[in-house]
Amino acid sequence: MSINVEPIESGSVIDHIKAGRGLKVLRILGISEEFTGRVALVMNVTSKAMGKKDIVKIEGIHIDEKTADKISLIAPNASLNIVKNSKVVEKRKVVMPEVLIGVAKCPNPKCISSFESSETRFKVEKMGLRCAFCERVFQPEELLS
Amino acid sequence: MKKKDLISIRDLGKDEIENLFSLAKKMEGAAKSGKKFFNDKIVFNLFFEPSTRTNLSFQAAAARLGCTPVAFNPQVGSVQKGETFSDTIKIIDGYCDVIVIRHALEGSARFASQIAEHPVINAGDGGNQHPTQTLIDLYTISKIKGKIKGLSVHLVGDLKHARAMRSLLYGLGMFGAEVTLTAPVGLEMDPAIINEVKEKFGTKIRLTGKVDLKDADVLYVCRVQKERFADPYEAEKIKKEFRINPEYLERAKDDMIILHPLPKIDEIPEEVDKSKHAKYFEQARNGIPIRMAVLYTVLGGSGA
Repeated sequence: MSINVEPIESGSVIDHIKAGRGLKVLRILGISEEFTGRVALVMNVTSKAMGKKDIVKIEGIHIDEKTADKISLIAPNASLNIVKNSKVVEKRKVVMPEVLIGVAKCPNPKCISSFESSETRFKVEKMGLRCAFCERVFQPEELLS
Repeated sequence: MKKKDLISIRDLGKDEIENLFSLAKKMEGAAKSGKKFFNDKIVFNLFFEPSTRTNLSFQAAAARLGCTPVAFNPQVGSVQKGETFSDTIKIIDGYCDVIVIRHALEGSARFASQIAEHPVINAGDGGNQHPTQTLIDLYTISKIKGKIKGLSVHLVGDLKHARAMRSLLYGLGMFGAEVTLTAPVGLEMDPAIINEVKEKFGTKIRLTGKVDLKDADVLYVCRVQKERFADPYEAEKIKKEFRINPEYLERAKDDMIILHPLPKIDEIPEEVDKSKHAKYFEQARNGIPIRMAVLYTVLGGSGA
């Protein structure tokens, strides 16, 4: 069975999302019931490279750098297509940067960054993401809740 | 030139720490001879949390260098009136040449260092870091033992809550010691830091719940607080087990040394103070040359 989704004139398509993470991507994009644009979420479709994958197609939003960084936390290697005038004007892979700046709040309630206004910073390390202030390590999912 | 801060042991490389140690050695001499390196620098101790030893030894170290130490207790100042932390830092930064800060919130020293134009030294930020304590610990070990690499170091006590133990483990790993972590159930060291040290330095780390000092070259003790246990009987039992009794020392190597960040309460009985193993008072005294070396470095001193 194939699923057809109508094309968008202006917006973003996020492809190659790890299967099951599509809903989280929608949450990062801040899609709520008030959103009036067209949104398609396709889950668990067959992918040559990944076996199964999710795809999100969204009208009216051109995903910026910071949002792409946030998406990289849960969907590393997703591909991002920016559509303008019905044409893909930008196509790139979402790559987790070495340092995430201003992307997420530190979940540690004793961290100074929860009290003082400052751009949050997380260093990407092998074990997880280390807050530049309190130096605690978190898993990507912890930063998104 | 980029200003120098001392915020976390993670910011320091082995070379930098070794340089601080040789500088500290020189500072021991300078403190004795009365040699001064500065005459117009103000060191501001900004302690939002109570501290006796760290606060006083930073003041003494500053005075030994020829700096003017100023201590400020924000509990009675404008902070109580609701001034933000960043405003306090900006104001103090305008009064002095270096800020030494202790604060209950983790990351507060890093945050302060981003606001202040002058160097910031972390004297304890909540459960996170207390880098000068770690430097004192490593300095004491290397001074007495002549090396750190290859030594068997036992950290004993509440390893979950003691900030000093976490950064010490990191420092020991960096210098190639083998570490045994001895803690009561529920008070074990955070696995994140154990994994970090193993991964970064390939450190051999052994975990146990029973004090056994047979192979130890260094015993580092920290307190097990009874408030950490719900059951008072259990608390007493554990406290007794983790008290360093003279019988424990009978099995120990002749030249094993005992260190403690102090203040100690009853985890080391008084009779151990008199033993040849006890080196914690010497360790506390090393606070002066180490803090002199750190202040000297961040202030860009010369002539040592």
